[in-house]
Amino acid sequence: MDRIKFLKNKAIQIRKELLQMIYDAKTGHTGGSLSSVDILVSLYYEIMKIDPKNPKWKSRDRFILSKGHSVEGYYTILADLGFFLKDELKNFCKFNSRLIGHPSVKIPGVEMNTGALGHGLSVAVGMALAGKMDEKNYKVYVLMGDGELAEGSIWEGAMAAGHYKLDNLIGIIDRNHLQISGNTENIMSLENLKEKWNSFGWNVLVEDGNNIKKMIDIFKKIPIAKEKPHLIIANTIKGKGVPFIENDAKWHHKVPNQDQLKEALEILDSLLKKGLNI
Amino acid sequence: MNTNIPCRKMFTNKLLELARKNSDIIAITSDARGSVTLEDFAIQLPQQFVETGIAEQNEVSIAAGLAACGKKPFVCAPASFLSARSLEQIKIDIAYSNTNVKIIGVSGGVSYGPLGSSHHSLHDIAVMRAIPGICVILPCDIHQTRKMTKALVDYIGPVYVRMGRSVVPDVYTKNDAPFDIGKANTIMEGKDITIMGTGETVKIAFEAGILLKEKDISARIIDMHTIKPLDKEVIIKAAKETGHIITVEEHSIYGGLGAAVSEQIVQNFPVSMRIIGIPDEPAITGTSPEIFKHYGLTVDNIVNIAVKMID
Repeated sequence: MDRIKFLKNKAIQIRKELLQMIYDAKTGHTGGSLSSVDILVSLYYEIMKIDPKNPKWKSRDRFILSKGHSVEGYYTILADLGFFLKDELKNFCKFNSRLIGHPSVKIPGVEMNTGALGHGLSVAVGMALAGKMDEKNYKVYVLMGDGELAEGSIWEGAMAAGHYKLDNLIGIIDRNHLQISGNTENIMSLENLKEKWNSFGWNVLVEDGNNIKKMIDIFKKIPIAKEKPHLIIANTIKGKGVPFIENDAKWHHKVPNQDQLKEALEILDSLLKKGLNI
Repeated sequence: MNTNIPCRKMFTNKLLELARKNSDIIAITSDARGSVTLEDFAIQLPQQFVETGIAEQNEVSIAAGLAACGKKPFVCAPASFLSARSLEQIKIDIAYSNTNVKIIGVSGGVSYGPLGSSHHSLHDIAVMRAIPGICVILPCDIHQTRKMTKALVDYIGPVYVRMGRSVVPDVYTKNDAPFDIGKANTIMEGKDITIMGTGETVKIAFEAGILLKEKDISARIIDMHTIKPLDKEVIIKAAKETGHIITVEEHSIYGGLGAAVSEQIVQNFPVSMRIIGIPDEPAITGTSPEIFKHYGLTVDNIVNIAVKMID
């Protein structure tokens, strides 16, 4: 099996596991976790320099999940890579579990506690600055939600990244166009995002965030210009992979019932089978 | 060395001295290098200085990111803004994530007296105290500030420090300024009553102690420089041995030194207590001494209250 096919199957497998996790915990952020899986798979299995056996390796690439609510896919991937035992995923959101509903540094591989929106980019700016000060070559990746961009602090971070010419910083927007109350453009219009980030001194790239091959290609293309941070507007579908969950704001943190879970897993299994037969 | 300087200047002098020997020490500020007195630091160690512009939320998160990569960042800005505007960043990126960041609030309390409540920080002890994992320290003079700055570099973990703006009289001498985080200093022994201050009110408490001595009242004076972790032992001992306690603070009467001390007193050894501080109102404006006088943060008021309590 070629690498891209392997990663696509991996992304389907991660979707199955995160849905099971949300169902078992009876809580979670279904839509945003599904939309961001392909971005995370591209980064964690192909792009980032990491060592699950040595999570604090000094030269590792850093990743911050600024949209901390989409934690289920993130935890599943960290477990799959061996940062912690996969069996622990069943403790998600259980009493006194370290697998809480937003990323926690108690989990090996998690760099920073997140959950309140609008913090991650500035934290990533600090990490990228530290990398420059220490003349290290690591990169800092930060995944933001699109609804999150209404937080003013995001733009403080964006300004600082441009000012300090942080070409070791890569921001990604999970641009699924939906937030908890509806379409982003109706809640607080964000467009034109490309122009906005450009004007803050960033190299801006736009790509299909649910296409693993294209995401990997674009990550590999960076840097396209020196002395500027990079932003990828990753166009995604909220709930991607399960048609009855896709593009519906109600699924922001709706939990599937037993029948819905069964149907979703069947859909994903059939995709897996098709994928393997290709 | 010119000792006629405010605590914030002693802090930045010492920080610069230590940062020269330790490239992990980073000073971060939000267009406040003047009010913090970081100009020399910025000129002499530009590679260890980060300016964020007027963006307190950003500076706190950036500090957390630097700390997560092994740096020892000191975020320096007026206490009024740091303790309010960037409180969520302090709560999550510093305290909850347990990053090794020192939050240095300068010109705290009513230092910016005439400028109004926007520039006062009379809530900062209360809010910082309620966030798990943060030490809260108010040094009382330059000698203690110098010792504290060294201790902050050595201490691993989040700390909030509040300093005032003006030059303040010495409480200690250069060679005699005991400072251990979490260990209160008893600066005058006494058996009739205990008076506790923090930051700029320590000197007032001390002078009240001298005046009370002239009235044959033996007051124990305690410098409670660390409000969290609180030196519970010294508080309970004072309650048992002196029977009366007064706290004096440049802070709201809610949630500050008085509240912290009374929490220990009521649960361990209840004695009579008075809390002198700023009442629950937007503080009156004026110079810092005028505001202190208005609200009774004065030697005379402490003495009067002490005399009445003992009667």
